[in-house]
Amino acid sequence: MASESNYYVPESSWFPVVTATAMGLLAVGGGLAVQGRTGLPLLVGLALLAVVLFCWFSTVIDENMKGLPGAQLKRSYVIGMGWFIFSEVMFFAAFFGALFYVRVLAVPWLGGEGDKAMTNELLWQGFEAQWPVMQTPDQVVGGSKFVAPHENMGFPGWDRFLGWLPLWNTVILLTSSWTVHIAHHALKHANRARFNLFLGITVALGLTFIGVQYVEYHEAYVEMGLTLQSGIYGTTFFMLTGFHGFHVCMGTFMLAIQLIRGLKGHFKPDDQFGFEASSWYWHFVDVVWVGLFIFVYVLG
Amino acid sequence: MAHGPAKGIRRWLFATNHKDIGTMYLWFSFTMFLLGGFFAMVVRAELFEPGMQIVRPEFFNQMTTMHGLIMVFGAIMPVFVGLANWMIPMMIGAPDMALPRMNNLSFWILPFGFTLLASTLFMEGGAPNFGWTFYAPLSTTYAPPTVNFFIFGIHIIGASSIMGSINIIATILNLRAPGMTLMKMPLFAWTWLITAFLLIAVMPVLAGAVTMMLMDINFGTSFFDAAGGGDPVLFQHIFWFFGHPEVYIIIIPAFGVISAIIPTFSRKPLFGYSSMVYATAAIAFLSFIVWAHHMFTVGMPIAGELYFMYATLLIAVPTGVKVFNWVSTMFRGAITFETPMLFAIAFVVLFTLGGFTGVMLAIAPADIQYHDSYFVVAHFHYVMVAGALFSSTAAVYYWLPKWCGRMYNETMGKVHFWVSFIGFNITFFPQHFLGLAGMPRRYADYSLQFADWNMVSSIGAFIYGASQLLFLYNVIATIVAGRKVSDPKIWEGAEGLEWTLPTPAPYHTFSTPPAVK
Repeated sequence: MASESNYYVPESSWFPVVTATAMGLLAVGGGLAVQGRTGLPLLVGLALLAVVLFCWFSTVIDENMKGLPGAQLKRSYVIGMGWFIFSEVMFFAAFFGALFYVRVLAVPWLGGEGDKAMTNELLWQGFEAQWPVMQTPDQVVGGSKFVAPHENMGFPGWDRFLGWLPLWNTVILLTSSWTVHIAHHALKHANRARFNLFLGITVALGLTFIGVQYVEYHEAYVEMGLTLQSGIYGTTFFMLTGFHGFHVCMGTFMLAIQLIRGLKGHFKPDDQFGFEASSWYWHFVDVVWVGLFIFVYVLG
Repeated sequence: MAHGPAKGIRRWLFATNHKDIGTMYLWFSFTMFLLGGFFAMVVRAELFEPGMQIVRPEFFNQMTTMHGLIMVFGAIMPVFVGLANWMIPMMIGAPDMALPRMNNLSFWILPFGFTLLASTLFMEGGAPNFGWTFYAPLSTTYAPPTVNFFIFGIHIIGASSIMGSINIIATILNLRAPGMTLMKMPLFAWTWLITAFLLIAVMPVLAGAVTMMLMDINFGTSFFDAAGGGDPVLFQHIFWFFGHPEVYIIIIPAFGVISAIIPTFSRKPLFGYSSMVYATAAIAFLSFIVWAHHMFTVGMPIAGELYFMYATLLIAVPTGVKVFNWVSTMFRGAITFETPMLFAIAFVVLFTLGGFTGVMLAIAPADIQYHDSYFVVAHFHYVMVAGALFSSTAAVYYWLPKWCGRMYNETMGKVHFWVSFIGFNITFFPQHFLGLAGMPRRYADYSLQFADWNMVSSIGAFIYGASQLLFLYNVIATIVAGRKVSDPKIWEGAEGLEWTLPTPAPYHTFSTPPAVK
């Protein structure tokens, strides 16, 4: 712990307060945009956030190239990234928790299970609990606010399983976790060409995943009648896979930045935190997908 | 690293110094405390007599909601982050927080978030009016349009909390002086390590809850709508999965403050240090598995009621360990009663009372009577005000001389304590009676039989509220013109690295880490 005596403390910085301003604009803009009033503050906030984060990260990278942070500061970065990923895990936990709750408890109760017979009898007479919910309680009593899909995303049977998109997306994402690991290995052994190649493949796989998911969503909306408004099945399906897809976009973007940095020759065999952080994030996104594949698709 | 602060406003806007950022956190939280306190005064003024006098019922609901939100997220949480910023690097021998720029970002999000939240009062439809717990469908189907600003405000405030917590964890795990093992850390650092873990675990769950609300309100999903197969009770489960750890997030740093102050003024080391650490960790663990004790009347299966009742009662054990340790620390100590110690002793007594009423509320069959009554209001104000706020007030009196090198006015401090203590008890003790007699919470009006105790409670609230202005005056007077002190150890019984530093604490401390035996 030789570096203990000179932990790098930056003098002063305009990045934080401008980032906070951008986040404030995003909050105001988000509130205005969802009410359909104006999208302008949201866009300005996004643009400002993009600019300031670009400057911030550039500065951190510059500091790193100059060797300002010692080993101890790098440990702080590692700890920071680790706990950030944990916070993301808990965010997904909320949505998985919602999925389990409605599947195991809420939907059966609406169907009259347990001591909830009168709920079914008085409020949703004729509703039968099933998952995926192919007929919403609303529809059963003649409403039209939540219209269930006529097809769902569950396992389509062995005869059609080769055309089942989530299966291919699983293959793509698991492969990408493996390729990013090979890239990491190559970097540690100073094999720069191999690093760039396999990181490039990983980014391409990420983009492919996003493309496949786009096709899947399109199919859901156009052919299956599966939308955000189609009751709790559509709700949980789109919110879980949607937030995951958003994280794939973020992860692909992060890895793409690392690829650019790799092509510029930024990393050293023993100094590659930017890449490592992105790859941990990527593995995390991959693990979430495995959870989604099991609980949203296979058991859906 | 060697130079002092930047000049003018740049010092604060572009701050990376943990002391500057800590100061901003403290002033911000005091501002929010006054704002949230003002809302509470409106509530108590309206409840002074039965019938409607001052505000309309809709506005009354906005006041109770905003009072809760501002006090929880704007006053109590930031005050402890401010104390953590100031004290943790000094206590563990670190040069600053681990990630100084992110530290400043965590702070500056708050003014934006709370300005947005408070500005909803002036918008069409009024501020959020569904209570600080924002249960669906009140907060979805029946919410005012400003709920969208509330949702995004909560999002950025939550981001601030997560970043602040990551920073605290990285600081404690990575920046301790050589030789300071985890089990040699001051308890305040321990309690914050555990609190930061809780925050990172549950703030994202809150983000998930408000995101589900946002989608239900604007995009036609049905998380909390039974017509689509969802369930409003799902909201309560998710909210309280966040909410129960959240109340410990509020009280655990208070434990750390009290564990610093009581040994100092008892002139004895803390009794049972390691059992304090384990008890805190046990409380944090239990906080994740007891959430539905807030929902005993919502119609859970009986097995759920029983499980959540027994699990909740378990919390009394580690909490009892802590109270026992504080009392044992004082036992046969050479105690003096300076203002911080008075607040600390009041904390122990009143927090214990709040804990006892918590045990009463944890008993499911009894809770069916107490639920959503003023008994609950009394219970949580005994832990929020006499717990969290008294301890943060004690902390300010305790550390203010170290921060600014000037001593506060002891007489005024003692007056502040006694007026606060008496005012607080006049306000909230009668609310136990009101609740047991059946007065429901969150109503702008009440039946005539509740009139007497409500008037007493309101008078107490005005006394308590006014006494905080005295506190403000005392703090400002100390900073501007207090008696200068220069002894590194302000209090003769104080132990720890922060008391080895010069008084007032220099702008940069421990640029080279001290050695700890």
